[in-house]
Amino acid sequence: MSDEEKRIGVFICHCGSNIAGFIDVPAVTEYVKTLPDVVFATRNLYTCADDGLTSIKESIKEHKLNRVVVAACTPRTHAPLFQGTCQEAGLNKYLFTFVNIRDQCSWVHMKEKEKATEKAKDLLRMGVARARLLQAQDEVKVGVTSAAVVIGGGVAGMSAALSIADQGFPVRLVEKESELGGFVRNLSSVYQEREDAGALLKTIIDRVRSNPNIEVLLNSEVISADGFVGNYDIIIDTKGQERNDKVGVIVLATGTREYIPKGLYGYGQSPNIVTLTEFEKLVKERKLPKLSSVAFIQCVGSRGQDKSYCSRICCNVSLKNAMNLAENYKNMRGLEGTGAVVEAAAPKETPSEGGERRHGRRGRRGGAEESEEGGASEGPKLEIVIFNRDIMAYGVDHELMYNKAREKKVRLVRYTPKNIPKVSVDSGKLVIDYWHDTLQMQRRMTPDLIVLATPVTSQADAKEISMMLKVPLGQDGFFLEAHVKLRPVDFATDGIYVCGTCKGPADIPEAVSQGIAAASRASIPLARGFVQPEALSAFVDSEVCSGCGNCIEVCPFTAIRKNEHGKAEVTIAACKGCGNCGATCPENAIFMNNYSDEQLLAEAKAALQEAKG
Amino acid sequence: MSDFEPKIVVFLCNWCSYAGADLAGVSRYQYPTNIRAVRVMCSTRISAHIVLELFKEGADGVMVSGCHIGDCHYINGNLFTKRRVKLADDLLKLTGVEPERLRLEWVSAAEGEKYSQVITSFVKKVKELGPSPVLKDPKLVTRLGAAVMAAKYFRSKTLTCKEVKLTAKGNVYEEVIGPKEYDLMIERAIEDEYQKSLILTLSSQEARSVIELAKEIGQPTDRILEYVVALRAKNMLALDRIEGTTPRYRATIGGA
Repeated sequence: MSDEEKRIGVFICHCGSNIAGFIDVPAVTEYVKTLPDVVFATRNLYTCADDGLTSIKESIKEHKLNRVVVAACTPRTHAPLFQGTCQEAGLNKYLFTFVNIRDQCSWVHMKEKEKATEKAKDLLRMGVARARLLQAQDEVKVGVTSAAVVIGGGVAGMSAALSIADQGFPVRLVEKESELGGFVRNLSSVYQEREDAGALLKTIIDRVRSNPNIEVLLNSEVISADGFVGNYDIIIDTKGQERNDKVGVIVLATGTREYIPKGLYGYGQSPNIVTLTEFEKLVKERKLPKLSSVAFIQCVGSRGQDKSYCSRICCNVSLKNAMNLAENYKNMRGLEGTGAVVEAAAPKETPSEGGERRHGRRGRRGGAEESEEGGASEGPKLEIVIFNRDIMAYGVDHELMYNKAREKKVRLVRYTPKNIPKVSVDSGKLVIDYWHDTLQMQRRMTPDLIVLATPVTSQADAKEISMMLKVPLGQDGFFLEAHVKLRPVDFATDGIYVCGTCKGPADIPEAVSQGIAAASRASIPLARGFVQPEALSAFVDSEVCSGCGNCIEVCPFTAIRKNEHGKAEVTIAACKGCGNCGATCPENAIFMNNYSDEQLLAEAKAALQEAKG
Repeated sequence: MSDFEPKIVVFLCNWCSYAGADLAGVSRYQYPTNIRAVRVMCSTRISAHIVLELFKEGADGVMVSGCHIGDCHYINGNLFTKRRVKLADDLLKLTGVEPERLRLEWVSAAEGEKYSQVITSFVKKVKELGPSPVLKDPKLVTRLGAAVMAAKYFRSKTLTCKEVKLTAKGNVYEEVIGPKEYDLMIERAIEDEYQKSLILTLSSQEARSVIELAKEIGQPTDRILEYVVALRAKNMLALDRIEGTTPRYRATIGGA
C-alpha cells in the first residue's frame, strides 16, 4: 500500500426527491466532511446529469482528488458512467467507489427519515473507508485468435455461424449429428403460413454450405476447451479423430430435445398416443392414420407436472397443427388412404354414465368450446379438441391464429391441474374422460389420435458441456445467461455466448434472432482484435504461496495453474474476480484486487462505528 | 428492549442478492434500517474469519447472501459459501455467541420481496436476542479471537475447499464421503483447531499452566495436555518456567 496522501472527494446525489425526499442529504454531506481523508464533499440534484459529471471532473482537478465516492442510486446501473468520468479527469477508474443510498436506502425506508439518514451516514463512512484502501489498477490488453467455434448446427447455431462468417471471421460449425438442422428436422411445417419446414431448413443449410468462411464438421463434438476470451484451445472429436484448434470465441447452440411423457396420459400404451413432435413426424412422413377425431392435450409434463416451467411454444404448435388438420387434412393424409378420409361427423362425444341431457343447451351458451355443432353443412368433418389449462398464444400473429382456430370449430376445453383429463386405452380404442368445467359435468370422448404437448427440455449432455466450458445451468437444466434482460446471450464468462433452445424454449424466429444476437456479441472481441478484462483479478504472492493447490481446485474458470516453481499463478484474462481462491488460500497469499480481506473488513467494520459528527 | 437498534452487516453477492436488494428498492418494499450491506463479487469471497472478525468487533448480526444453489454466477461458488458460513457457525457455537446472529440466505435477482422479508425477519430475530454481548465480555473477545485464528488455519481452509470434490467425486481411492460424514469430520477438526487457538491466545497473554488452561477453556486437563504437547512439537508453544512443580507455557507466535 502506497503512502501517498489520500484525498477523497464525495458526491452525494439528491436524485431529485428520490433520495433527498427520504434522507437529509445536507446533514449527510456535512457529516461526510468530518470523515478522515475527505477533502471535499458536495451534493448534486442529479450527479449523473451533465452538471453533476462536470462537477466531479472539475473537483478532481481543483481539489487534487485521488479517490472519488459517489453516493446515489446503484452501482449496477451507474458505476460505469462515473468511472468513465473519473477516467476523463485523469483518475484511474479503480479509485472510484459507489455508495448505494437510493435502491438500498431511501427507497426502502420511506417512512423513517431520521433512521434512513443515520443509515446513509453509516453507508458513506463505509464507502470512505473502502475508498481509502482502493488501489489503481491497470487493465492489460490481450490479443485474440480471430476465429469462432459454434457448437450445434440447428437454426440458432447456423444463424450465428452465418452472421459471424459474413463479418469475415472463420467459423467452425460443430454438429453432433450426421446432418445440419437440429430439432427443426423433426418438423413438418412451421407456422404461421404452414411453410414447409424442410424447405426453410434447406435455405439456411445451403447458405451455410456455400459460405467459404464456414467449416462444417458433422458427427463431431468439442470435447475440451481451455483458455479464456480471445484464446481458447479446443479439441474437436470427429468419429474418434481428434483435432486441436484455436479459437477466440465459443458460441453454444446445442439445442433441445422433447420431453418423453413416460407414464402420463397413457403414453406408450397405444401407437395412437403421440407427442407433438411425433405427430409432426407422422405428418412429415405422410403416415397419419385415418382420423375422425383428434385430441391435443397441453402442458403434459410441464408447468409443475414434472418440469416446473412453461415450454411456451407448444400452445402455438398445437394451434398450428389443429389449424392444419382443420383446413388441410385431405392433403396431409397418408397416400395409402383413398376416397372419403373422414367419417361422418356424428358427434363422438357423449356424456358419461349418469350425465344429464344438456346437449340442447350447449349451442346457445357461446364461447369457443361450445361450438362443435356448427358448420355441419360442410359435410364430413374432423373433430379437433385441445385440452388446455390456458392457451398462451403470445404475440400478434398467434393470437390471430387462435381466433381463426376458434372460427374453424377447433374446440378448446379447459382443465385444471387438480382435474386433468384421464386417458385410457380400451381394447385398442382411446378414451378420454374429463371434467367439463363450463358445463360442470363429467364427459367422455373417444378420439382416434391423442397428441401430447410436452415441453422441450435440456439436452442429455448439457451437464457435461457445462462442466467443460465452465458455464452455468439453471435449475431446469437450460444454460443460464449472464443477465436475463441486460445480457441475454452472454455467459458470465467472457468469450462464451449462448443462443437458441439450449437456454430455454424458443420458436424458430426467436432462435434465429438469438443466434444472430450471439454472433454479434461474439464478433466484438474478434473485430477489436484484443480484450481488456476488468482488473478485478486475484494475485498470488509467490513468496508466500506454498503451492498447496487449494486455489487451483476451487477456481471455477481454471484461471490458476502452477508455474515452473510449483507456485500458483493467475491467468489475469481468465480470472473473473469471484474470490473463491482468496477465501481458500491457507497462506493468505492470494490478494483480491480491491476486494481484499483488509478492504472488506475496513468497510464492514466502519458500519459498526457510531456516527457522531 | 424496544429501543435497541442492532447493527447488522450483510454481505451481498453482486449478481443475485445485490440485484435482489436493488429490486426491493425499485419495488419499494420497506424493511428495517438496521442493515449495512457490503457488496462482493461472489458470496464465496467471505471467509469464515471475516464473519467472526465482525462478531469480535461487536456486530449484532451478520448475514451472507448469495445466488440460489445452481444459479451461481461463478458456477459453484455458493457451494463453498455454504461451507464457509457453516464453519463460522460451528466456531460461533464454540465461543458461546448465539449462532442465530449469523444467517445464510439465497436471494436471486428477481426476489426483491424475499429480500425485504429476509431482512425483516432477521432484524426481528436479532432484536429478540438483544445487543451483542461480545464487547462487554473480554472472555468472548478472546474466544472470538481464537475462532478467527482457527478459521484461518490450513486444515480449516483445506477441508472447506475440498468438500465439493470429496463429497461428489470422492478421494484418490474413489471413496465418496457423505455430506453428514463430512460435517462431522469438519466439526471435529474445527473443534481441535479452536481449542489449540484458544490455548495459544490465552498463553500469549501470560504464561499458563495446563490446569489453568483447562479451567479457562472448560475442557478436561488430559485433553488440554494433548493439545499442549502437539503445539510444543510444532514449536508454537514453549516452556516459559516451572513454578514449584507446575510447568507454565507461553505461545511463541502471537495470539489474536
